[in-house]
Amino acid sequence: MQYEAVIGLEVHAQLLTESKIFCGCSTAFGQPPNSNTCPVCLGMPGVLPVLNRQVVEFAIAAALATNCTIAERSVWARKNYFYPDLPKGYQISQFEAPIAEHGWLDITVDGDQRRIGITRIHMEEDAGKLVHDDRDPVSYVDLNRTGTPLIEIVSEPDIRTPAEAATYLKTLRDILVYLEVCDGNMEEGSFRCDANVSIRPVGQQELGIRTELKNMNSFRNVAAALDYEIRRQRVVLEGGDAVVQETRLWDADAGKTHAMRGKEEAHDYRYFPDPDLLPLVIEPQWIQRVRDSLPELPAAKRSRFEDSYGLSAYDAEVLTASRAVADFFEATVQAGAEPKKAANWIMGELMGALKAESRQIGDSRVGPAELAGLIGLISDGTISGKMAKEVFGLMMSSGRPAAEIIKEKGLEQVSDAGELEAILRGIIEAHPKEAEAYRAGKKKLMGFFVGQVMKATKGQANPKLVNQLAAKLLGEG
Amino acid sequence: MDLHYLTITQASDLLARREISSVELTRALLQRIEATEERVHAYLTITAEQALAQAEAADQRIAAGEAGPLTGIPAGIKDVLCTRGVRTTCGSKILERFVPPYDATLVARLRDAGMVMLGKHNMDEFAMGSSTENSAYGATHNPWDLAAIPGGSSGGSTASVAAGSCLYAVGTDTGGSIRQPASHCGVVGLKPTYGRVSRYGLVAFASSLDQAGPITRSVADAAMVLQAIAGHDPADSTSAPNQVPDYRAALARGVKGLKLGVPREYFVEGMDPEVEQTVRRAFAVLEELGAELVEVSLPHTDYGLAVYYIIAPAEASSNLARYDGVKYGLSVRPEDGDLLDMYYATRSQGFGPEVVRRIMLGTYALSAGYYDAYYGKASAVRTLLARDFAEAFEQVDAIVSPVSPTPAFDLGQKVDDPLQMYLSDVLTLACNLAGLPGMSLPAGLSQQGRPIGLQIIGPHFAEETVLAVGHAFERATDHHQQHPSL
Repeated sequence: MQYEAVIGLEVHAQLLTESKIFCGCSTAFGQPPNSNTCPVCLGMPGVLPVLNRQVVEFAIAAALATNCTIAERSVWARKNYFYPDLPKGYQISQFEAPIAEHGWLDITVDGDQRRIGITRIHMEEDAGKLVHDDRDPVSYVDLNRTGTPLIEIVSEPDIRTPAEAATYLKTLRDILVYLEVCDGNMEEGSFRCDANVSIRPVGQQELGIRTELKNMNSFRNVAAALDYEIRRQRVVLEGGDAVVQETRLWDADAGKTHAMRGKEEAHDYRYFPDPDLLPLVIEPQWIQRVRDSLPELPAAKRSRFEDSYGLSAYDAEVLTASRAVADFFEATVQAGAEPKKAANWIMGELMGALKAESRQIGDSRVGPAELAGLIGLISDGTISGKMAKEVFGLMMSSGRPAAEIIKEKGLEQVSDAGELEAILRGIIEAHPKEAEAYRAGKKKLMGFFVGQVMKATKGQANPKLVNQLAAKLLGEG
Repeated sequence: MDLHYLTITQASDLLARREISSVELTRALLQRIEATEERVHAYLTITAEQALAQAEAADQRIAAGEAGPLTGIPAGIKDVLCTRGVRTTCGSKILERFVPPYDATLVARLRDAGMVMLGKHNMDEFAMGSSTENSAYGATHNPWDLAAIPGGSSGGSTASVAAGSCLYAVGTDTGGSIRQPASHCGVVGLKPTYGRVSRYGLVAFASSLDQAGPITRSVADAAMVLQAIAGHDPADSTSAPNQVPDYRAALARGVKGLKLGVPREYFVEGMDPEVEQTVRRAFAVLEELGAELVEVSLPHTDYGLAVYYIIAPAEASSNLARYDGVKYGLSVRPEDGDLLDMYYATRSQGFGPEVVRRIMLGTYALSAGYYDAYYGKASAVRTLLARDFAEAFEQVDAIVSPVSPTPAFDLGQKVDDPLQMYLSDVLTLACNLAGLPGMSLPAGLSQQGRPIGLQIIGPHFAEETVLAVGHAFERATDHHQQHPSL
C-alpha cells in the first residue's frame, strides 16, 4: 500500500532580548550558574512577573513575517507541572488566547512551491537547566535560562515529507534571523523543533495515529528522524499493528527514535489564566509601527536580487541566506562592482576564506569597498583575474587594500602596447622558423609566441593585448 | 495613660509634641507583648532589637522635623508579607526558616514612612482559614475571651491590635481574612479595592482575590495607614494606576444624604440573632446621622461560597507549587528516594491539612475534563456576582451589612468541620470576588462579651466613602473605645 506522511512542527525560538521576559535579569549566555537570577525568576514567595515589552514587539514581528493575524487581546496562562528546573511549579505561557494565529509560509522543495499553514504563535518563558553529575546520584539546577523569552510557532499538519519539514524549518529560521529576533542556532538550542508525525494510505482523509518526536538538534536530524519514524510506522502498520500515540526521542548516534517512559509524558498541565498578569491588549497602531520597521524578508530579497541585479536563482538564494551576506553584496555593488562579478567573488573566494578562518562576514578583513576596489582593478586591466586571487589572499591575511599590495609586489599587468610590441618583435626575430611556420598556416603556434611573452614578463603581460599584438605582427610577415 | 491603647492619631500627636519618644512607646509595646503573648499568641516572630533601632531612628527624624504621621509608631505585620531579613513563615512549616531578601512593596512603604516593626503576626497557614487555628505554630486566642477564636486568617494581627500589643497591623484579605477577624476582635479592618495596594511581596494564596489592608483601632487610623501603602507599583502589573486621594480629608464628609443599601440576602439562615440585632442597631445610628437606608438585592449571593471555593483553591494549587523542596524552605529528602519522593515528603510534611485540602480541591477543579464545569463555570458566575454589586451601586453609595453570621466561636469548635468553618466567610467573600473595598468596624458586644462588627462595602476605589461612613458611625458610638480586660 502507498502511504503518505502528515507532519506538523512545533518550533521554540529563543528571543534575542537583553533581559528576561518577566524580570530585569540579563539573558546573556555562559554566565556562572544561577548568576543571572533574581527573586522573580527564582520564583521566591510573593514575587510577581512584569512583562518585558520587547518580547511582545519581537513576537509581533515574527507574527507579521509569517502572515499571522495578531490578536487584539491575548491572555497569559499558567502551565502547571513539577520539575526542578521550573522554580514556580508552573510556566507562564499562552494557551486559549495566543498572540497570533492563522499564518502561513511558502516553501520551495525541488522547484515546487508549497504553502504551509501556521496554526498559532504564542509567547512563553523558558525553564532552567539541570546539570547531572555522572559520578554522583545528584543533580544541580542552573536557573540562568529561566525566564528567557520564547515564542512557540506551531505549524498546521500540512507537511508531507522530511525534505519539506527541513525546508519549512530553514525558511522559518531564516525569517527569524532576518528579523533579528532569534539567532537561529539549533545546536545551542535557541531554535528547537518537535515534530508530530503520522502516516495514512494515500487518498485517505482521516489522520493516522501520531507520535511526537523530540531531541532533534539540526535540520539534518529533523529530516533523518522523520524519515526513520515514517518507515517505522509503516512497518508497524504493515505488520498489522497500530501505532501507539506517544512521545519518542531521536537518538542521532543510533539513528533511531525510541519511546519516552510513560511517567515522563503523562501530564495534565491544568492551564488557567494567570491572575498575576493582565490580558495583553495590542493596539493596531503598535502593530503598524512594527510592520513599518520590518526589514525586507528573505523571499522578497531573493526575487529582488534576481530582478534588479540579474542574478541566477541559485546565486540569489546563496546571497540572501543571511542578512549580513546580502548586505555585504549590496554594499559591494554600491561601491561600484559589477553585480555578477561581486556575486562570484563573495560566493567563491570570500566565503571560502571566511570559512577557512571561521570568521563571520561581519568580521571580514576585506570589506565591501575593498572587494569592489579589487574587482575594479581586474576590470580596468590593472591585474589579471589570476593575479587578483593572489592579491585577495594577501588582502584577507593582511587587511591591506589591493592597490597597495599590487604596487608593493609589482604585480601590475603590463598593458603598455609599445613595450609589449618591442618584446614581441625580439621574440619573432629570435624564432624565425616558428614565425615562418605560423605564416604558412600553423596557427597553433600563436600560443608559443604568447607564452614566450608571458615568460619574458614574468606573467604580468596583459594576455588579451599580447594576443592582439601577436596576430598583428606575425600577420605583417 | 496606657500607651499601648493609643490610636495612631493620639500617639502621633504625643510624638510630635515630644511628650513621649518613639523609643519609650516601643518599650511600652514590647512590655505589653511580654505581658500578653503567653495568653494571646499573636506573634510568630518578635523583632525587639530592630524595633528599638527603628524607634531611635524615628526619634531622630521627629527631632529633625522630617516625621510623617506614621513615623515612630510601632506596628506588626502579618507573616504572609515579606520582610527583608526577617523570617516570613506564612504560618507554615514549609517556610519555617525562610528569610526573604526583599521587602513587600507595602512594607517598604511603611518603612519609608517610619514604621517601627515589632514583629510578624500569626495567621492561618498560607492565609487559609477563618480562626487562625490552622497556623502550624499554634492558635491565637481572642483577647476578649481567651476561649474564643480571634477569627482568621489575620487573627494574629486583629488580636494584637485588640490586645494592645501593637498600635496597628497590616493584614491580608482573600475572602474576609481582614474583616472577619476584625469583627471578632472588635477592631477596624479595611480590605481596599483589588489593585489599590501592591501585592508584590504578599505571598500569594489566591492572586485574583488577595489584597492587603490596615487593621487599626479607629477609622481615621485606617485612613492613615491606607494612605501610606496605597498606590501603583510597577512591580505589580495588577496594581491600579489610579491616583491616591487624600483619605484623611474624606473622613469628615459624613453620611448625610448618602444612600446605604442593605442586601436582603445578607441576613442568612442560621445567623445569630445577636449579630442581626447589633447590626440593625448600627443601621439605625446611620439613619439618625442622616443616611437613607434602602433594601437592595444581590441575587447571586448564594453562589458566592461555591464560586470562592473553586477559584481560590484553584489559584492556590498553582501558587503553592513552588514549595517543592528544591530552592528554599523545607526540603525532605528520603534516603534512596528519587525526585518524586522528595516532592511527596517535603509537601506532605510541610503543609498542614487545610492547605493540603485546598491544593487538592484546586488541582481537581483545574484538571482536564473538569475545568469547564468547575473553574470555567465559577469564573462566569463570578462576573454575575460582580454585576450584582454594580447594579446595586447604581442605586446606593455604599452597602452595609453584618460581617460574619456569628460572633467569634470557641477554639476547637469547628476545626473538624471545614464546611462550617467556610460559612463564617459567607458575607465577606463576595467583596473579594468583585474586587470591592470593604471594612469591618466595631458595632457592639454579644451578651457573652464577644465583639460584633458592621461591614461597609463601597464601589471600586470608593474607599473614601467607606471611610466616611465608618468614621461618622464611630464618632456617634463608643464601641471602638472599649478594650478587652486582658
